[in-house]
Amino acid sequence: MELRRDVFQAIADPTRRSIIALVALQAMTPTAIAENFDSSRQTISRHIQILTECELLEQEQQGREIYYHINAKKMKEVADFIEPFRKFWDERFDKLESIMKKYKTKK
Amino acid sequence: MERKTKIHAEDGKQEIQITREFELPVELLFKAYTDPEIVEQWMSTKVLKLENKQHGSWQFETSDPKGNVVLKMNGTIHEFAVDRKITRTFEMENSPFDVQLEFLEFEKLSDDTSRLNMHIVFRSIALRDQLLQMPFAQGLNMAHNRLQDIVNHLK
Repeated sequence: MELRRDVFQAIADPTRRSIIALVALQAMTPTAIAENFDSSRQTISRHIQILTECELLEQEQQGREIYYHINAKKMKEVADFIEPFRKFWDERFDKLESIMKKYKTKK
Repeated sequence: MERKTKIHAEDGKQEIQITREFELPVELLFKAYTDPEIVEQWMSTKVLKLENKQHGSWQFETSDPKGNVVLKMNGTIHEFAVDRKITRTFEMENSPFDVQLEFLEFEKLSDDTSRLNMHIVFRSIALRDQLLQMPFAQGLNMAHNRLQDIVNHLK
């Protein structure tokens, strides 16, 4: 049985991150992607498969070729994962700023 | 609204950078970190101890509106340079999180603006990622508690 794929595990691998960076520029065939790496074609295929299972990449059939492109929606989900943390600090710092602005005028 | 606070959390690293620019002179920004009364206001916590000096230590305690202590934090101060830098440790008591190391750098941008750079180093990558997701989990918890309150009122 296949292990359930975790999107953060998927992007934790440097090769997979490089694949995402490549495909982000333009849709590519598996062969074209593999040409950019020293690893075997099979290894790269496996990475592509993992990225597809995590829905970070999407397949598109064009004639006889399969092209991979970025799933922008999924990528945004990943980027948004630290947003609550950022917001938490942003609100805290907003409070600090307004308190100190009042403090300044009080003096 | 403009995103003033920036978080830089690189994959596979056990550290994060938090950067924020303030419309405040650096002296006032620094004061917000060292004056116990002001710290209490913006961090919504109680300052039990805050020794602003090398080899000093600090202790904060946060309570819920009913007065129950929900969070205790403490640490030691390793470096203290007025209007410039604070190096300290941060630990949440009774939590599974290990102590973290914080480098706070205060920078003057102009007479009325300044920048804070917070560099936090965690014990492991997993711990960092877990902590990054905490406000998200807390948000869920709060929503749950609010729901619980409403349900209790209905009883």
